[in-house]
Order: sequence, then structure tokens, then C-alpha cells
Amino acid sequence: MPKDFDFSVNGRSVSVSLDSEETPLLDVLRNELGLVGTRFGCGLEQCGCCMVLIDGAPEKCCTKPVWSIAGKTITTVEGLGSAEHPHPLQTAFLDEQAGQCGYCLAGILISAKALLDRNQAPTRAEIAQALDGNICRCGSHNRIMRAVEKAAAAMRAGADR
Amino acid sequence: MNAPLPGPLEANPDLDRWVDFPAPGKVIVLTGRVELGQGVLTAMAQIAADELDVGMERITIRSGDTEKAPNEGYTAGSQSIQFGGVAMRQACADVRALFLEQAAKVLRCPTSELSIADGKFLRNGCSTGQDYWTLAGAVDLRVKATGAGVRKRATDLRIVGSNSARLDLPAKIFGDAVFIHDMRINGMMHARVVRQPNRGATIGSIDEKAIRRAARGPIEFVCNGNFLAIIGSNETSVEAAGAAAVNHVAWENVETPTPAQQEASWLLQRPVVERVFGAPEAANPQGRQRYEATFTRGYLAHASISPSCGLALYRDGKLTVWTHCQGVYPLRAALAKELKLEPDSIFVHHVQGSGCYGHNGADDAAADAAIIAMQQPGKPIRVRWRREEEFIYEPKTPAMVVKVRALLDEAGKPVDWTQEIWSPTHNLRPGAGGNLLGALALPDPPPEPPPNDVAESNGGGATRNGEPLYDIPAKRILHHLVTEAPVRTSALRGLGAMPNIFAMETCIDELAARAGQDPVRYRLSITADARARAVIENAAAMAKWQAGATAGTGTGRGIAFARYKNRAAYCAVVVELSVEEEIRLHHVWCATDGGLIINPDGVINQLEGGIIQSASWVLKEQVRFDNGVASFDWETYPVLKFSEVPEIDIELLNTRDDVPLGIGEVTAGPTAAAIGNAVSHALGVRIRDLPLTRERIMATLLKE
Repeated sequence: MPKDFDFSVNGRSVSVSLDSEETPLLDVLRNELGLVGTRFGCGLEQCGCCMVLIDGAPEKCCTKPVWSIAGKTITTVEGLGSAEHPHPLQTAFLDEQAGQCGYCLAGILISAKALLDRNQAPTRAEIAQALDGNICRCGSHNRIMRAVEKAAAAMRAGADR
Repeated sequence: MNAPLPGPLEANPDLDRWVDFPAPGKVIVLTGRVELGQGVLTAMAQIAADELDVGMERITIRSGDTEKAPNEGYTAGSQSIQFGGVAMRQACADVRALFLEQAAKVLRCPTSELSIADGKFLRNGCSTGQDYWTLAGAVDLRVKATGAGVRKRATDLRIVGSNSARLDLPAKIFGDAVFIHDMRINGMMHARVVRQPNRGATIGSIDEKAIRRAARGPIEFVCNGNFLAIIGSNETSVEAAGAAAVNHVAWENVETPTPAQQEASWLLQRPVVERVFGAPEAANPQGRQRYEATFTRGYLAHASISPSCGLALYRDGKLTVWTHCQGVYPLRAALAKELKLEPDSIFVHHVQGSGCYGHNGADDAAADAAIIAMQQPGKPIRVRWRREEEFIYEPKTPAMVVKVRALLDEAGKPVDWTQEIWSPTHNLRPGAGGNLLGALALPDPPPEPPPNDVAESNGGGATRNGEPLYDIPAKRILHHLVTEAPVRTSALRGLGAMPNIFAMETCIDELAARAGQDPVRYRLSITADARARAVIENAAAMAKWQAGATAGTGTGRGIAFARYKNRAAYCAVVVELSVEEEIRLHHVWCATDGGLIINPDGVINQLEGGIIQSASWVLKEQVRFDNGVASFDWETYPVLKFSEVPEIDIELLNTRDDVPLGIGEVTAGPTAAAIGNAVSHALGVRIRDLPLTRERIMATLLKE
């Protein structure tokens, strides 16, 4: 018997009907809700490609069973911003051309968002530490960290205005 | 008489394979090169826009498609811009020339009075009402390239040389469906393969019940010989079944690599094909000082951030395949041969995947999908490898042993150089030297390919950069192509260049020390090549290099140099680091001469990436064997983390040269060697085996 699970994704209430309550949130996002911006990397909670915010906290969702997120608020990279209304992080990543293959970026943007939510002026070391749960294999690390610094500065300037 | 056409254009001379003007204001540019995350398509669009004189925003780029795009083989070997880009330039120059001729005919004027601005044709600078699109009907591009179009001079290029933003990046930053993993086709079935452990392994028994239980949803088994797959409409169920099947399918005739085979030294006593290049070996003349040292590097994984993925649909005798592999035409040829189909009935389309850095599982995942699709006509099949599957079954870059022997003159300069190399092949690409993995499990598996490696005319495999660029009167390579390897080996970024340059540039440092000279000055004293000297001098200047810095303080600096393949870009790298129990990289300075640069920021991005990837190889990476491949996830195969990357400064030299030189792989060797030289400077002792792990450092220090 399928069961219904209700939660919120990117500010929208959703209800999904699933046979297995163990279905990982990542599969629900990608295959049920069509939100493919959150990527599959390992299925082992090791690489960070599947990072989302759950009630504001960054979490890898590739093994997170759907039952555990019922009633919670999820933010994915699609909820950060869009080409028309980019988040300052997305603007900064474009400005810095921070990425190569880009497969890791959605997860990294989410980790960075979580960092900036709790620390408006992170040091380079704090940024590195916040991103250590995300793997980038192409070697765009320095650009990515520069972009996070730039976004933080832009957000501080925006808040001052 | 025109100059000979660039290779890829000679091979694909039809101009309509390169350029099309489909609708007013629009240009389609086609390339055989594919986007692997390096910005190649953006660079191609820049080249075309400049040569055609149209704005970048008018250009749509199509790539890697056997139905339309030119066949340029593989996107590999740092050759996309050096060869493919030059072909694109010439194709566009020829197209431009044809249109100028037509415009001159229509306007009844000599072509010398005409120019083009954003696609509009001007006569003596004034509007003519003609543009590419008004003229397109009268210009037939179904003609052969002649090379008659004059390519612009490098100094006249405007879009080339600018930092155009990457065309592919926004979709990745906004989380769009841009990767092959995100493709969804109506009626699509998900699939996982139960991998045959090795060629010749046979299925003993299948515990179907246990696998179905793990699936928690409907699945089906698809079997052909020893090729076994699980398919279903629900990916979660198929993934769970695929993972469970590893423990619930028993195989016979299994061979597993052993811990002893993990080390490069195991290669020394294996069967080999002997290959010799260069000057005949000289007897050691009396009195000559002799230097000899041996270096090793273990097996490495590509470790792409995403496991490979492939889609296929077999319908009405036609096979359509979507893949993130490096060469759609070579894959088509391999599929035709190994699945016994006519090449004309196969259509292969490139869709982006994660960075591959060489021959990973991409081709094999596509073949898996094709094999299943042929058993399930009409159903689109999507195969996505599991993480462990990618680590275990992707081709590894081979372990290598490199022994250097040098004879020195009175001043301590090398006069005779032998680089002796033991390595399995770097080329088991399907169709080139190897097979598609899934095909080995089919009832009539393709035969074992004969021993081969990448041809020296193509830069070589294990022999790549095996010859120093320095001014040494006699140089030779002795290549022992090991024909027996514990795992499948194939191309990874730079192939043999990294171990060869690591060995050679370590030796150069040791020879400098022997001669009592500073490593920078010593290198300059043995090379007259002006471009080589320039990158060495620039890297040293960037790092404020000081001769005679004290060794053994725990902090060290090292320099290394190479010209990739001895015919692509020149690069020198200085590394500063400290060593306690582990190595901590502080700063890397890099000077690179890649000739004509299409997109400086894109090039810097590639060089930075190469430096970080090489640092990761050198400090951390080795594939372990223990009753099979024991490096199967990110904990058993760790790579460099954000908190471990050094600061990097890069300078580009000679960027307005007429000729571009491939830069994608150039940093790997110099970075590895500069790290090794800096570690030696920091510790006062040499470590000649990679990776430079904590265990190895401790063992070396205890021995001293």
C-alpha cells in the first residue's frame, strides 16, 4: 500500500505517495518531483553532491529515508535562486567562473548557503572547513572559496543598505 | 597552393559538417570535441565567432553527435584546441571566404572592399543590406574545405583572447537538467548491471528471492550469457537490487588482484614487449660520473565525482545511445563490432557527465545500456553505475616503474640519458586497444586485444615525456610494455607523463645538488630553448626564488619543468610546503606558455585544476588491492579536500603567438616533481615512491 508523505520543498508544500518509506529523499527529489539539480554522487553520504537544507541545516540526502523528513522544510539548489533572480552565491559563482564539470556545484552551493546563514563574514579557513564535506574532483577549490567570500561580502553590503 | 588542411578538417572536409546558418541571425557551429567540464565548447564558439565575425550570442554549438558533427576521434590528450580549434578556425575562414565571394558577386565589387561586422557585410565600411543569412541561400556549404580562406592573424583576433563566460556553467549553478544523469525519456527503465568480476568468470548461482526482497518493488532480470542486469521502472528498487546482487550472485572462475600486485615493483618480473627509442646505448666512457635512481607510482583511479551513466534505445533495428564518453565515433565503432551491428544503424549522442580526466566507465555504461536495450526493444534503458562499481571497474591508470641513468660531464651536466620504463598499457579504450566491459560477458566475447600502447606519434602512453627536453647529446627510452596487469588499465590525464616527469625532474634536482648548483640555475644551464627558459625564469621570479635556501628545516621549496609531450605547452611550477607527519601545501606558482590562448581565465581554471589534481595524486592516491580492488569509495580512496589545497598563482606567457599549444594536462608532471623536490628540500632526504603518504614519510625518516 502506498503511503503519503508531506513536506515542504523550496517554499512549496508537496505530498508524495510512495510504496517504500525507506525511499531516499534524493530519489524523491529527482524521480518524483523532477528536481534534478540535487545530484547523485555516491549514495554513501560521502561526497556532498546531494547536499540539501533540511530545516535550515545542510544534510546529505542520498540515504535519508523519506519518513524522516515528513513535515520538514527542504531547500534544494533550485530554491536558492534562478537565472532571473540568482542568489548572491550563484552570482558570485558565475562571476568567478567557479567550476569545471559542475557536477559538485549544487551541493557546494547548499553547503555555502548554510555557512553564510550562520556566519556572515567567514574566513578562508572557515569556508574550507564548511566545504570539506563536499568533494570537487576537477580542482576548482580556490575559485569556489573566492566566490563564497565574494558572495558573503555582497550580502553584507546588501544588508547594510 | 594552399597550406595543408589541419588534420581534423582534412578528415572531415565537408564544410556543412562545421558551420550552418539555420535562421536569420543564427549560426550553428559543430565540433567533434565534447564538453568534459573544461570549457572547450565555449572556446570553440569564441574561435568561430572571431573567424566568422559574428557575435558570440548568435552561436549555438553542437558537439559529439554521430549524425551531424565532424568525427574528431577523442576529446583527449590536450588536443582539442591545438588541433580541433585550428581546424575550426580554418573551416570558419573557408566559410567566410565563400560568403565574401558571393557578396562580391551580388554587390559587383572586389572582395577587398568588403568586411563583416556581426554577420553584416559592409562595403568600404558602409552597410550593404547583405548578411550571412541573406546570402546563405546562394552559398552551398556542401563543399570541401580548401584552406583558401585566410585565417585572421592572432593579433587581429578580438573574441579569442577574451574571458568569455562559460556557456555551460549557468545551467550547472542553477541546478538545471544538464547532465546525462538527469535525462528522462518516456517509458524509461532504470537498470543496474551485476558485473562479471573478470573476463571468463561465469555465473554460478543467483539468489533471485533475496535480490527481489532487497528491491522492495518490482524488478526484472535480463541475462545474456554472463551479462546479468536488473531493470525496473523504479530507480530506488533497481539500485537496492543492484547493491544486493553483489552478495547474492555467486561467480565461478573469479580472479582477484592481490596486495602484492598493488605495488609498481610487481611489474618488474612480468612478461613484456620490449621497445627502444632514441640514441644507441653508449658504453660508459672511463671517468664519466654516473647517476642512477628508480622511481615508482601506484595505480590511480579517475575517481570521477559521479558514477558513469548511459542511455540506449533499440527500435526498428536502430540503436540510439546517449553517453558522456570522450569519443562518440570510436564508441559507435566499438559498439558495432562488439554487438555485431552495422555502424550506420547506430546513433551516438554526447550528453555531459561529470569530469572524466580520461577513460573512465563512460563507454562501458553506454555499452551496458545498449546490451540491455537490444534485449528489450522499444524500451529506453538508463544504466547508472553504482559508486563502488565505478571505483572497482573503471580502468585504472597503470602503476609504473621508472629508472633513470645519466652519465655526467666534468661540470656535472648530463651527456647521456636513459629513461627505462616498466608499465602496462595506457590505452584500453574501446575500439582503439581495448573492449567494452559488458561485451566480455556476452556469449561470444571479443578476443583479448594484442599488446599495444598509445603510438609515439600521438605522444606515446608509458613513454609520454620519457625524454627530457634538456640539451643532452644522447637520450633514449627503454620501454618494457608489461603485457600482464592485475586490473584493466587505460588513459588518465597525461598518461605516462606524470611518473616520467616526476622521475626526470627529481634527477635533475639531484644532479644540481651534486654539481653544487641551485636547481633553477642548473636547469637554465642545460636548456637553450627560449620558451623553456622563460617559464622557468618566470615561475622562479613569481615565487621570489632564492638560491641556497637551507634544506632540512621542515619547510621546503621545489621547482620542476616540462613541455607536455615535448610538443604542447611549456610549464614550470614552484611549490612551497611544510612537512611534519604529513605534507601541507602552502603555495604553488606556475608559469605556462600555451601559445595562442583562446580564453585566459578558462586556461587558468584548467591549470589550477591540473595542479590540484596532481597534488591529490601525489599526496594521497593509490588504488589498493586486497582480495579485489579495495579502493571502492571516498573513504578508501581519499582525494584532496578544500582545507588541503594550496594558494595558486598562475601567469600565462606568449599568449598572442599564432599557434595554440595544448594546456589541459601540462601541469600534472611539473607539479608532482616540484612537490617531490620541495619535500626533499624540507626533509633533507629523497622519497622516490608515490604517493608521498604519511606512512612513507615516517618510514623514510626512521630509516635515515
